[in-house]
Amino acid sequence: MVKKMERSEHGNRSDTNTDYLLQLLCFLKLHTCTRVQGLIDICGVDYPSRKQRFEVVYNLLSTRYNSGIRVRTCADEVRRISPVVNLFPSGGWWERKVWDMFGGSSINDPDLCRRSTVYSFEGHPLRKNLPLSGYVEVRYDDQEKRVVSEPIEMTQEFRYFDFASPWD
Amino acid sequence: MNGEVVERAESHIKSLHQRPPNREIEKLIYKTYLQALPYFDHSEGRRLNIYVLFCEITRISNHSLALNTHAMDVGASTPFLWAFEEKLLEIYERVSGARIYASFIRPGGVAQDLPLGLCRDIDSSTQQISSRINELEEMSIGNRIWKQRLVDIGIVTAQQAKDWGFNGVMLRAAPYDVQDQSDLGVPVGTRGDCYDRYCVRIEEIRQSVWIIVQCLNQILSGMIKTNDHKLYPPLRSRMKLSMELFAMQAFFFFSIVGQMTTGSSVYSTSIHHFEPYTEGFSVPSSSTYTTIEAPKGEFGVFLVSTRSNRPYRRKIRAPGFVHLQGLYSMSKHHMPADVVTIIGTKDIVSGEVDI
Repeated sequence: MVKKMERSEHGNRSDTNTDYLLQLLCFLKLHTCTRVQGLIDICGVDYPSRKQRFEVVYNLLSTRYNSGIRVRTCADEVRRISPVVNLFPSGGWWERKVWDMFGGSSINDPDLCRRSTVYSFEGHPLRKNLPLSGYVEVRYDDQEKRVVSEPIEMTQEFRYFDFASPWD
Repeated sequence: MNGEVVERAESHIKSLHQRPPNREIEKLIYKTYLQALPYFDHSEGRRLNIYVLFCEITRISNHSLALNTHAMDVGASTPFLWAFEEKLLEIYERVSGARIYASFIRPGGVAQDLPLGLCRDIDSSTQQISSRINELEEMSIGNRIWKQRLVDIGIVTAQQAKDWGFNGVMLRAAPYDVQDQSDLGVPVGTRGDCYDRYCVRIEEIRQSVWIIVQCLNQILSGMIKTNDHKLYPPLRSRMKLSMELFAMQAFFFFSIVGQMTTGSSVYSTSIHHFEPYTEGFSVPSSSTYTTIEAPKGEFGVFLVSTRSNRPYRRKIRAPGFVHLQGLYSMSKHHMPADVVTIIGTKDIVSGEVDI
């Protein structure tokens, strides 16, 4: 069930398979020795080079034992993550945010809509392959009297200062 | 809505900041660790005193803003006119030059020492604050209208608070079984309604004032930042002096700066922080989730590093996001006017929710 367990000064960490995610979280919540009652945060990380590109991280907190644990699982565009809303009601918005930002959605989400981006947004902002400038820009069209969105036009190419040392 | 009773409350957060929706703040941090977050530190002596002092000032300023705007939402405009956070922001400005995003606490210490006479001024403003708090309490705690609007509105039990991931005042005001065993001095509520949260906030301001007074009385003399110039730049006056003094050596070091790992302690000048400040320090491949107890609740930062000088992924867990999520469960079967009270008591700042 648990692939890897790690303890360090950065907190306890445990990796698991998507299939067993719910079982592991259920165990952590109900077992007397863990009593993890609160889901503090869910967030996604995108690794485009990996086979399963999204890593979804669940930060859990046990107020009983004053300690936290981090559960990590992997998903991609096709393989979905199991929803934890029934176990931890606080997870709802974060799961949707993971979908909104990365495109890794959970199974049977009752209310999957764009939370943090505009409704008509295409793509997922936090994927590493989406450029910082995006693909469309919006402006107010005076003739049509409405806001229109059109493909972005850049007079100068976007500059990434993406080298390890500024002296290279 | 069912008549005048809220059946379902749905909040759509979207993006408050004027930025295209495809840029979450993370993507804007294509900076080095040092540029992006002046964040981790160890502290003792005077440094610790200054940290505590300013953390508590922040807490007072947060809570007073929360209380005043909450009162304004509910319909009382007088507390807002007393807004004493202005004085506290002035203190901020005097010590760091910035009123809100002070970035005063840096890796290895604080940006600069307190200016002369500041401690005396902090002392006099805390005295004013404590008398203002009494006035505020006198005016509102027993006020009939205030109680009608707040008592038994938006009740959160301890179990609900845990389920919904609430922290901070939202959790502390919830009734809890082992309350008798809890640490004395931490203000806790007994019913978990808006009125309790209001009282807890007032009590916490009092405690902050008390801690500030303790801190001012015990403030130590000593270093305000670490001596390790690999981490922290030396004083500006000294930097200029010794750079010129060791100009030749500095030039030599410039050429090999790429390989520089262990500088000799003889040249305790800016040459040490030259690399950390231009290239940034590289962090081994790892991930961490670090939290602090912010005035609004648990404020966490999740960082993923991949052996480069920039964070690979950075996520801020803002308490307001979670609290807003609980709006539906809290405001069910309440009147629409109560929803305003509940939002006020959650201490929501929309700039924080959409981080």
